[in-house]
Amino acid sequence: MKQSEGTTKISVKDLDLFYGDKQALFNVSLDIQEKKVTALIGPSGCGKSTFLRTLNRMNDLIDGVKINGDIVIENEDIYKSNDVIKLRTKVGMVFQKPNLFPMSIYDNVAYGPRAQGIKSRKELNKIVEESLRGAAIWDEVKDRLKSSALGLSGGQQQRVCIARAIAMKPEVILMDEPTSALDPISTLKVEELIAQLKKDYTIVIVTHNMQQAARVSDKTAFFLSGEIIEYDVTNSVFSNPKDQRTEDYVTGRFG
Amino acid sequence: MRGLLWFSAFITVAILVLIVGYIFYKGFPLINFEFIFGDYSPTGGGGIWPMIVTTVYTIVISLVIATPIGILAAVYLQEYAKQGRLVRTIRFATESLTGIPSIIYGLFGAVFFVTTLKLGMSIIAASLTLTIIVLPVVIRTTEEALKTVPKAYREGSLALGTTKLQTLIKVILPSSMPGILSGIILSMGRIIGESAAIFLTAGTVAAMPASIFSSARTLTVHSYLVTQEAGDIQLAAAIGIVLIIIILILNFSATFISKKLNKADY
Repeated sequence: MKQSEGTTKISVKDLDLFYGDKQALFNVSLDIQEKKVTALIGPSGCGKSTFLRTLNRMNDLIDGVKINGDIVIENEDIYKSNDVIKLRTKVGMVFQKPNLFPMSIYDNVAYGPRAQGIKSRKELNKIVEESLRGAAIWDEVKDRLKSSALGLSGGQQQRVCIARAIAMKPEVILMDEPTSALDPISTLKVEELIAQLKKDYTIVIVTHNMQQAARVSDKTAFFLSGEIIEYDVTNSVFSNPKDQRTEDYVTGRFG
Repeated sequence: MRGLLWFSAFITVAILVLIVGYIFYKGFPLINFEFIFGDYSPTGGGGIWPMIVTTVYTIVISLVIATPIGILAAVYLQEYAKQGRLVRTIRFATESLTGIPSIIYGLFGAVFFVTTLKLGMSIIAASLTLTIIVLPVVIRTTEEALKTVPKAYREGSLALGTTKLQTLIKVILPSSMPGILSGIILSMGRIIGESAAIFLTAGTVAAMPASIFSSARTLTVHSYLVTQEAGDIQLAAAIGIVLIIIILILNFSATFISKKLNKADY
């Protein structure tokens, strides 16, 4: 695993996280590679979503969260800098359930760029089209951009959510169980999309579905009770796990 | 059991029909162009235009003041304030305010706005008193509306690198518009229905108000006075019809305006 690795995009070192008095992450260290898909797996409550949400500081929204350790994205410690806005434009996020706003498809995708102050109609049109194409949903929605985004199917909504994230031209996309609310066909489409997106973006995906992790990711981190038990190339984690607990989990003995 | 449910529903509708029917039956023969748009005549036979104008003035002024203050207060309490003892105290205070009988507000208005601020018995004094009466209603309903906005919207917006204020203006307020609007409509009902507090602060001058600093008489006060002094139930019923129609028009226009304002409302 040491050889032929890309550059490190996100470097996490000795990360502890507390919800009030309760510790949720213990001494997590992890290097995430640029333009690769990194999967975070583990049983419910193991801290994988919590960890994901530290990467764009979404945990800041919760009262009483305390964080020790360093998360460095491109030489910048994101918890030392106070520019959360800039961080979140660089690190986009797709949530478990599609969470499009009650607006038109167009307005949803243009939402982020508009908030950044882009007003020109021409430029917005271009961003919206590129983003929807990038999320492989342009052909399905191009004739109904002005109609409500909530009229789309769940799978389509999730891909528009991905388009909305892409519209910010992020470098990293975080995905928090993006297919857990979708049917198998839509799941497949999102997975195909992830395979395409990794050409341009660094992707970190939390998933409950081990087949999915095996299918889409290059590297996999196995979390248990707030610790990383094993982190390696996906193939080795699944076919040749070094830790007994990892083996038990990936073979379905618990979780 | 089913019969009982049906009976209860029937009673409710029957009472409504009975009241509205009775008022229309009594008052409708009086309604004509002259009655609505004519000036009031103390010797009888005149119209109620001055009272309509006064009523509309009080509604508009009170809402123009109460709505922004109420919404901002609710946004502060719900979105910005640290949830703790202070916020609980403020909530308790606003809730208590809704329960106070309006005559108490009227007395306060008469002492504070009319006398201390030297506004005299006037539309403005009455409107300010009404503002205090409806403020808790606007705050409560707005807070409830803000609470119903899904957390996923907030997270979705913030994750796109927007500020808290942008999220509030672009996503949260538009999504809670229907709730806020129902608060405003409730407030309108409260203002139109109010008589005791207005009686004490705007007075009873039955003439077209020269300005908002004039003393004047609203429809409800007029209705009370013609029943009380002249025993003219028929005239009071006719005023009732006009009140019902005004409420309907205001409700419809409020819904219409919010649809126009809120493009997010599909």
